[in-house]
Amino acid sequence: MGLGLALALLVAPEDADQGISQRIFYLHVPIALTAYFCFGLGAWKALLYLWRGEERHDLESYVAVHQGTIFGSLTLITGSIWAKASWGVWWTWSSNQLVLFLVLFLFYCAYFMLRFSLEEGARRARSSAVYALFGVVLIPVSFLAIRLAEDFIHPTVFTREGPQMSGTMFAAFCAMWLAVTLLAYVLYRVELVGKRLSTQLRELAEALR
Amino acid sequence: MTYLADVAALARKDLRVALRARDTLPAMLLFVLATLVVFHFALPARADDAAAYGLLWVAIVFTVLLGLTRAWVPEHEHGVLDSLVLAPCDRSAIWLGKTLATLAFLLAAQAVALPVFVLLYAPLDGAALAGTVLADLGLCAVGSLLAAMAAAGRARELLLPLLLLPLAIPLVVGGVGAAISPAEERYLLFLVLYDGVFAVLSWASFEYVVTE
Repeated sequence: MGLGLALALLVAPEDADQGISQRIFYLHVPIALTAYFCFGLGAWKALLYLWRGEERHDLESYVAVHQGTIFGSLTLITGSIWAKASWGVWWTWSSNQLVLFLVLFLFYCAYFMLRFSLEEGARRARSSAVYALFGVVLIPVSFLAIRLAEDFIHPTVFTREGPQMSGTMFAAFCAMWLAVTLLAYVLYRVELVGKRLSTQLRELAEALR
Repeated sequence: MTYLADVAALARKDLRVALRARDTLPAMLLFVLATLVVFHFALPARADDAAAYGLLWVAIVFTVLLGLTRAWVPEHEHGVLDSLVLAPCDRSAIWLGKTLATLAFLLAAQAVALPVFVLLYAPLDGAALAGTVLADLGLCAVGSLLAAMAAAGRARELLLPLLLLPLAIPLVVGGVGAAISPAEERYLLFLVLYDGVFAVLSWASFEYVVTE
């Protein structure tokens, strides 16, 4: 992570158009990709749960979706800082990726509402699993919808083709991507261990009573 | 054939219950009409027709939410769902029956609301109507599954809108696009795609949501 940051901040050449603000790209895009990856992992674990019915997959799916939501909110924040720096506005509806993340953010917040409103048990696990599966299908569908919506919301499509990445830029980007993915994985493991510990602790407390 | 007979019986049951109680359909109807009137005052005077189509979709989505919540209240208050799950039929038939019944109510409410919309605001062409029917199908299919999910929760009336609205965004895009865009076939095709994907997904996963 540190190496990736150093590469991104010091080594990679500055973008001619956007200058310093372009450097947030090395943080924003890896975080966004990691968020997608977490949502995908959550849906995969949900599918495994529905298929095999093992309880650990339910917890893993929940933790993956939780990490995905955290990285998704970070994407929204870094994206809006970047938008402010390079386009001068905090929010723009013409950036498809940002709008998609807003939709997904709403969707996965509803996932937590669902999870917290149901009684703990197999039914809650199955409902959340089904909802997590819906989410992963919603990603491409809403992306398509947002592309279609551009037509009537913004008649002039605002495209921004960045310059091709040079070798060092690409290396810095990959290093950051690796670092963020590792960070997500570590957080995922830590949260999983924490959740399992608290379950065991509760079971112990029940047993002792 | 028995599967279809089960579905028909379940849908008939829902329609009969709602028609006897005489609350769901009048409520949906009044709600959508009242919303249309509120929009007149919410829109600035110089707003064009395109804005009205958008608001029509807001009204439709909220009417569906109303219908879905009503449809699942008796199932949980009187424990009907538990008996239905025990009945010797495929569980997905419950979902299909519910979807068809909700769709019937929604179409009935729209049969009144859309002419009123044309009268008060802006004309609707064939593509807009086709878009409306396709989006209704998607809303009812996904909505029935989510309503079954939400009905088991503590705050069911609160939960359903939160669950459905993010999933309804693509449908609103399709519906509005079909009404105002010159390239309406793209939007209709998109709606067909959405309906197909999510109907299969809901049909396949309903069993997991209702069984204990």
